[in-house]
Amino acid sequence: MKEQQETANRPDNTAFTQQRLPAWQPMLSAGIVIPGFVIIGLAFIGIGIALFVTSQNIQVLERDYTGVENNSPCFKCSDPSTKNCVCKLDFSLDKLFEGPVFFYYGLSNYFQNYRKYGVSRDDRQLSGRLDNFQSPDEGCVPYQYDANNKPIVPCGSVANSLFNDTFKLYQIVNGARKLVPFDGKGIAWWTDHNVKYRNPSITPLKNAFNGTVKPTFWSKPAYELDPSDPANNGFVNQDFLVWMRRAALPDFRKLYRRITEGDYKNGLPAGNYSLEIAYNYPVLDFDGRKKVVFSNVSWMGGKNQFLGIAYLVIGSLCVVMSIVMLIVYAKFKFPDEE
Amino acid sequence: MLRWIRQQLGFDPPHQSETRTVYVANRFPQHGHYVPQRFADNRIISSKYTIWNFVPKNLFEQFRRIANFYFLIIFLVQLMIDTPTSPVTSGLPLFFVITVTAIKQGYEDWLRHKADNEVNGAPVFVVRSGSLVQTRSKNIRVGDIVRVAKDETFPADLVLLSSDRSDGTCHITTTSLDGETNLKTHYSVAETSVCQSVSRLEALHPHPHTQAQPLGPENLLLRGARLKNTKEIFGVAVYTGMESKMALNYKCKSQKRSAVEKSMNTFLIIYLGILLFEAVLSTILKYAWQAEDKWDEPFYNHKTEQERNSSPILKFISDFLAFLVLYNFIIPISLYVTVEMQKFLGSFFIGWDLDLYHEESDQKAQVNTSDLNEELGQVEYVFTDKTGTLTENEMQFRECSINGTKYQEINGKLVPEGLTDDSPDGSTPHLELLFLKAVSLCHTVQISYDQPDCLAGGGDPFSHANGFSTNDMEYYASSPDEKALVEATKRYGSVRASKTMSLYLQDPCKGLRTLVVACRHFSPEEYIDVDRCLNAARTALQQREERLQEAFSYIERDLQLLGATGVEDKLQDKVQETIEALRLAGIKVWVLTGDKHETAVSVSLSCGHFHRTMNILELLQQRSDNECAEQLRRLGLLRTSIEHSFSYETEDHVIQHGLVVDGASLSLALREHEKLFMEVCKNCSAVLCCRMAPLQKAKVVRLLKTSPEKPITLAIGDGANDVSMIQEAHVGIGIMGKEGRQAVRNSDYAIARFKFLAKLLLVHGHFYYIRIATLVQYFFYKNVCFITPQFLYQFFCLFSQQTLYDSVYLTLYNICFTSLPILVYSLFEQLVHPHVLQNKPVLYRDISRNSLLSFRTFLYWTLLGFCHAFVFFFGSYVLMGEDTTLMGNGQMFGNWTFGTLVFTVMVITVTLKLALETHFWTWMNHFVTWGSIAFYFIFSLFYGGIIWPFLHTQDMYFVFVQLLSSGSAWFAIIIIVVTCLFPDVVKKVFYRHLQPTSTQKSQVTGTGGQGGFKEKWTGRICDQIGRGAEMGRNRSPQKALKENF
Repeated sequence: MKEQQETANRPDNTAFTQQRLPAWQPMLSAGIVIPGFVIIGLAFIGIGIALFVTSQNIQVLERDYTGVENNSPCFKCSDPSTKNCVCKLDFSLDKLFEGPVFFYYGLSNYFQNYRKYGVSRDDRQLSGRLDNFQSPDEGCVPYQYDANNKPIVPCGSVANSLFNDTFKLYQIVNGARKLVPFDGKGIAWWTDHNVKYRNPSITPLKNAFNGTVKPTFWSKPAYELDPSDPANNGFVNQDFLVWMRRAALPDFRKLYRRITEGDYKNGLPAGNYSLEIAYNYPVLDFDGRKKVVFSNVSWMGGKNQFLGIAYLVIGSLCVVMSIVMLIVYAKFKFPDEE
Repeated sequence: MLRWIRQQLGFDPPHQSETRTVYVANRFPQHGHYVPQRFADNRIISSKYTIWNFVPKNLFEQFRRIANFYFLIIFLVQLMIDTPTSPVTSGLPLFFVITVTAIKQGYEDWLRHKADNEVNGAPVFVVRSGSLVQTRSKNIRVGDIVRVAKDETFPADLVLLSSDRSDGTCHITTTSLDGETNLKTHYSVAETSVCQSVSRLEALHPHPHTQAQPLGPENLLLRGARLKNTKEIFGVAVYTGMESKMALNYKCKSQKRSAVEKSMNTFLIIYLGILLFEAVLSTILKYAWQAEDKWDEPFYNHKTEQERNSSPILKFISDFLAFLVLYNFIIPISLYVTVEMQKFLGSFFIGWDLDLYHEESDQKAQVNTSDLNEELGQVEYVFTDKTGTLTENEMQFRECSINGTKYQEINGKLVPEGLTDDSPDGSTPHLELLFLKAVSLCHTVQISYDQPDCLAGGGDPFSHANGFSTNDMEYYASSPDEKALVEATKRYGSVRASKTMSLYLQDPCKGLRTLVVACRHFSPEEYIDVDRCLNAARTALQQREERLQEAFSYIERDLQLLGATGVEDKLQDKVQETIEALRLAGIKVWVLTGDKHETAVSVSLSCGHFHRTMNILELLQQRSDNECAEQLRRLGLLRTSIEHSFSYETEDHVIQHGLVVDGASLSLALREHEKLFMEVCKNCSAVLCCRMAPLQKAKVVRLLKTSPEKPITLAIGDGANDVSMIQEAHVGIGIMGKEGRQAVRNSDYAIARFKFLAKLLLVHGHFYYIRIATLVQYFFYKNVCFITPQFLYQFFCLFSQQTLYDSVYLTLYNICFTSLPILVYSLFEQLVHPHVLQNKPVLYRDISRNSLLSFRTFLYWTLLGFCHAFVFFFGSYVLMGEDTTLMGNGQMFGNWTFGTLVFTVMVITVTLKLALETHFWTWMNHFVTWGSIAFYFIFSLFYGGIIWPFLHTQDMYFVFVQLLSSGSAWFAIIIIVVTCLFPDVVKKVFYRHLQPTSTQKSQVTGTGGQGGFKEKWTGRICDQIGRGAEMGRNRSPQKALKENF
């Protein structure tokens, strides 16, 4: 008892209190780093080659159709005063464009990432809440109510500026035009289509929009976006969903259709094609550009040489550095204990 | 009422009056115009807050911190104007920080309240309406008569009215007030020594018309002192509660700030500059861009009417503020919290350290200020007291000289030199008897008996003591020398009472503390005369000190020399090793002592402070300015000439200089020739200041502290006379010694023995410094990484203040995703094994002069942060390229996916960067490092996996899953992380091999052949110390000194 008293203040002798916890003490010395670098370098070079080759095999066809140049087929449509203008873009393939082919439209100099633009939407409305049909969110200004003070549905700048050029692709077979069937399903994120965006559960859908007006820029109301497929209307329309997912950068592409059906299941055969464009979307007043892109994809997405090159560069750097280190190591050794 | 509220809130100090009239037992005069004075009650309040004022006062104090205020402003800006992020993003962390701090401070205050309540609720006995009533301490009012029993502390400042001793005296000890351990005799007021009558007392300011006896300090019993040797006393309370002397002495200890904190604030200001620059640049670019209409308002992005109509200046300001809000995270809010937590938690390791635990006295190291942990790693000058710090402060009588004969103590008997113990030593000659008489009478020693029953009657305690068995006596003396002497004389037999004698200090020799004893015979008439003279001086109301001095010098004339005594103070264990280690660590050790020059030098030599190879410079007994300056110049020249003559020798043979300076010369040197003196001092590796007054110690510390290089100073001492220097130095260390707790209480750290200083500085200080320095640098780095991509993104979104990351990520980055690894690092990191640090003090030089927080290192971390941020952002940007799809199903990513990609890369890189810095991987490091990354992934999956009903937007829904479903994204994450860390690894390897620091060298040896390495080092140190000790023992100090010249 007395002894305990005498050492009452004695600190505990544990590994924790004495800072003696077992620990791994790695050191970045050449002995570890050189082999590490060699392994990482070789692995990266391998990955880089694989990525590069994969990327090289991807075919891309890109055509600008803004119509700035006089000789451009869409030049006549670029004048904002022309309405319902249609132009044709002809191109030919000299070999099979392997399928499935993805068809994108692209916009340049278009700032979907502008903050005020981005917040001008009402996610509650888009999830089908009828309260927000009658009184859209404050954030939708200036597209909250129209001039007659009627609520706009879908409200906000993003919805209002929905891309409205449409495309039809024909293959010229023996001088005759053969329509290439487009698949418009699955171009938007599955979760957007099935969870995040919902139509109000009112049939017909049209009734839910009573007392509201369509966005000022739109030619058709939301419930009539796709006359061919009643399930592809309202807020779950695939084109609408694709547009609503804002692009990160001012030059962007958006998926328009996939070519997966019929004769074109395996891709676009070599031959002449004509793309019929209903030219509606104005971009010239802000120096924008419009383009269409055909591309096939690999597991890693579209044609992207950056990754392969980056892996090759870093991989070779690793190997080079390990060689340099080896030389230094051999020359200077380690200045041991004094 | 208003005043009461203000007092409660602590705005008004309690009222104070010039003089106070105290009515004993509160019997106020019945007649005349009497205005009762209001006095504070006897509550002691050391707490800062009450329940009512805690919230407002604590908030007020917290927002006085510049960082908190900054975040409050940001928060308010977010509330007021339309900003890119919701107020929650800065409000939540701010709330978190404020709450954590408030809880900590509230807890500390609760402890203070508890302590206060204990003191205020202590039972006391008060005379009320003629009888003794038990009440609580806080109920004592001014004028109450209080009874205090033996060994109790006084509950208020009391004037002693009566004691149970017949002469009305009592003994008290003031250990807890000033650290003096001796018993002091206090006297009761003459009129009241027995009875309690209604009398008027005037304390300190006697009224000219009353005939009251003036009261002096010997009548006053201070609160906090303890009654000894007296059964009970009665006293009247004159100063109570916060007006008592003890409470008035509660000085707010001036806050010491560490060098790290100062650099941290500098860095903060630089970052504030970066923030402002980025915000201004963004605002200007925004307007440059928007000069053209087509950019300003394309058809898809129309403005509202309100936006169009607001004034341009307002728009400009609000844009600037919006950018400020967007980039505000570059100032790391959690830095302060983390630093505080690190310091608080980290300081436990000092108390827990078994190596700092002193078995004999059962004392462990004690941390009073955790704010200064890292300063322990930065010390450049150590100022140490000698007695009690380097030595044990255990006086042992060694020898004495009586009438020219030397006597030594052998087996409890006093034996003349040359004679053996058993040689007959019959009658003691007259002189020797007189000598012993003098020694045993003239002292301040009081005896405390174990049995309280033996206290009957007062009188001379010593003559009484002879009747008891010697073992139950405890001696209390104001000077340890006196105590040792009395204890020694006790062993040689008893002596009888005689007349007044005086005893004073004289020249020493041989490193023993020496007292010369002399006496003077007074005739009875002379004695009466002298006595009156002394009494008059003692009770003088003005110039008491000077008059006493005069009286003493009048008495101490024509003395007859009796002899001299020698008392030895043992050196503490391992003092030499410690001083040697400190010297190797590049720390200059200054010994400051009140001792005479020769004693001081001999102790210095024996404790290894000076050694034989050292060239000793002297600055002693300078009388005038000119002489002093001349001497200083000569010393400077001497030093350089010696160095010059040795400069051709091998490099490792560096001449070390030691300087001896005495108090008088020092004050001369400091007055006029500070620069010259500093010049000499800086080149001396050891400095010894002797004959120092306590205040001079503080002055020397301040001089060094404020010299142009602003070195970090550490003062270590054990006595009340070291307090000023302990408080003055950057780090003050108290030795838990024999001279009370005063030094310990005023210190920042307290240790039981001097030898512990080595581990405290070399190991703990080194660790703390490395930990906190990396913590600070890393915090800035990770916030640069965090915010720069956000800044870069503005170039791609028309400076529209679009955030790159989601608000939740913005908020949680510093709180959750990256906070724990750095906290754990900063608690457990060990760059080198502690044994290596302790055995190789040179490593301490690696971190000297705040090297890890130098501007260069700061620049490296900041640039690294920017580089990494560029790689994150542009890596992701190039990956997106012309916005090709990254998914196998051809679908596209959006802006949030892009931001999340950057964020993911960032969290991983920033965490791994810290992993690269970590040398000591305990299971906790593994857990938090990998756990943080895992937590980020799990959290993101969870956060993105649910539609959150209360959130305004569902931007992040399934974004993270989509990102991870892309093979390219995985490959991109890997390559970007590797790219960021690759140059860092290369740099580290090259530095380690081409320019290794000694720390890095010892890492190899420390982990490689650890055993052998250790032996080698300890072996070498022991060797040196052995030599030093040998020298100290075998040579007389004078000889050693001569050899040095």
